[in-house]
Amino acid sequence: MTKKSLLQKAVAAPHVMWAVLFIIAPLLFVVYYAFTDKDGNFTFDNIAELAQASYLEIFLRSLCFAFLATVICLIIAYPIAYFMTKASPKTQKILIMLVMLPQWLNFLIRTYSWMAILEDTGIINGLLTSIGLEPVHMINTSGAVILGMVYNYLPYMIIPLHSVMSKIDNRLLEAASDLGCSNFKVITRVVFPLSMSGIISGVTMVFVPSISTFYISQKLGGGNFDLIGDTIERQFQTAYNYNLGASMSFVLMIIIMISMAVMSKYSGEDDGGVIV
Amino acid sequence: MNEKKIIELKDVAKSFDGEIILDHISLDIHEKEFMTLLGPSGCGKTTTLRIIAGFVTPDTGDVVFEGTKINDVPAYKRHVNTVFQKYALFPHLNVYENIAFALRLNKVSEEEIFNRVEEMLAMVNLRGFEKKDVNLLSGGQQQRVAIARALINKPRVLLLDEPLGALDLKLRKDMQNELKNIQRQTGITFIYVTHDQEEALSMSDTVVVMADGKIQQIGSPTDIYNEPENAFVADFIGESNIIDGIMLEDYKAKFSGQIFDCLDKGFLKNEAVDVVIRPEDVDVVAPEKGMLQGVVDSVTFKGVHYEIIVTINNFKWMIQSTDYVAPGQKIGLYIEPDAIHIMKKSEYSGMFGDYSSFSDELESLGDVDALEEEE
Repeated sequence: MTKKSLLQKAVAAPHVMWAVLFIIAPLLFVVYYAFTDKDGNFTFDNIAELAQASYLEIFLRSLCFAFLATVICLIIAYPIAYFMTKASPKTQKILIMLVMLPQWLNFLIRTYSWMAILEDTGIINGLLTSIGLEPVHMINTSGAVILGMVYNYLPYMIIPLHSVMSKIDNRLLEAASDLGCSNFKVITRVVFPLSMSGIISGVTMVFVPSISTFYISQKLGGGNFDLIGDTIERQFQTAYNYNLGASMSFVLMIIIMISMAVMSKYSGEDDGGVIV
Repeated sequence: MNEKKIIELKDVAKSFDGEIILDHISLDIHEKEFMTLLGPSGCGKTTTLRIIAGFVTPDTGDVVFEGTKINDVPAYKRHVNTVFQKYALFPHLNVYENIAFALRLNKVSEEEIFNRVEEMLAMVNLRGFEKKDVNLLSGGQQQRVAIARALINKPRVLLLDEPLGALDLKLRKDMQNELKNIQRQTGITFIYVTHDQEEALSMSDTVVVMADGKIQQIGSPTDIYNEPENAFVADFIGESNIIDGIMLEDYKAKFSGQIFDCLDKGFLKNEAVDVVIRPEDVDVVAPEKGMLQGVVDSVTFKGVHYEIIVTINNFKWMIQSTDYVAPGQKIGLYIEPDAIHIMKKSEYSGMFGDYSSFSDELESLGDVDALEEEE
């Protein structure tokens, strides 16, 4: 091990500055506001306030929705990512581009589009009534909120899964079928354990934005399904209670950290997980 | 050798992207046989192996296993296991679980799995390695795990795809002996793919020499070495002087301006032929006693013998002799009738000339290329 030269330190300096200014400092602000009252005195009141049943319900709902969205993303993305690796390298590039394509559109526009699709007089119900079927109420349901999360975050599940799977040596799959694995067992016995680091990355990249989202629930849930993100937003934008908002952010961070710790524990000695 | 056929390839052909890889080959593999598919890279030997394993479907022709056509039987249902080039061990499993892999698929009891894994570990000399991470093993150890993993399910046929290619020379020799022993112990048919002719000769019951998607010759190692069918086989297996000649009549051949007695017959009168003479079969004698005379170009000491290049009638011969001769010295060559082997002219005639451009370094460079192309 050699000591870092002055030049190496100089090269790293802008990154260190960046990290301090835009990552460490905001975190410290959150912690500061979370543990002080309006006059800047130290207090646990903000945290204690979150123990109210109404807030607990919001936290629980957020966890539930994020969990469901993550599981659904994983179930949809896994086979897609697997079959993508079977295509030719050229086709794979095109497929990856297609997966990312919706992300080029603005997030708000994507969510508004779903409102137009799901509304009681929207595109789907228009189609249903035109072929003589009863319209289905979809907008402003919990399903619509979860659909919005799945739609928006699915690419973040597919991309890391695909990148890990495409690195699995084809000879390992041949070895597995040589030793008696049917195509399905090749996936459960070899592909699945070897893609665990991609699963961890994907789950992290879907779960974290899902649990902290605030816009999808307002537009597709019609305000019936308050999530943590919505509540935090309201504290800062409407109630001007920075202290309560910060304490919610703080608790949300703790929840995410615990979730990630549990995840990486189950992934065993794996090296490829994403650090939150 | 057992005469019962276990695998038959019947007129099998395969092309990839319009390029012919296998050009209608037929091959019988017998029970308990150690068969080696030998040839340079791109000759189709690995494709042949993959067709038997079930990873490649032939375009035409049949693959028959104990009398039943298995063209459409998927790899996982065949009674055949493979030891892969570079081993292909499962990186997420330890040594024990890698070897137990095939048994775990079949709901075998924990106790039986344990007993059979231990038996396999003993066979490949890896007792005590159960809990080791396969990624931390040496090449030779990984190879042993791969062999144990492939043998635990007691396959009828074991396919080995250049299994020793990544090992160093000393280890390769040891593993050759071990593989041969394992094959004798288990009585399993081995089909072994290699581009190393020495490996093929020392391990096999039967050698199949392949080139350009075709089988050039099938025979025992001694047949292949002593009675090569054409110039390709003669050149690929060992060192050989391949000279243009004319078969005057049975047992009489003319080459290098002289008439020689030989043991070959059955050619047309005055038929043009290729004559093969192995470097170790030529005796160096005084010029006046020799059947041919020439001047020594160069001499290289090789340990067990000297390698002498001598020019006679513009053809550079290679001769291996334990007696030293000096470059520039005039010497005579004496060739016994049984040292001469006559081959029919083939598409390979004239492609393998004399030793004018020969160099050990070039040969070994060629081997490296061959390895890289196979991958």
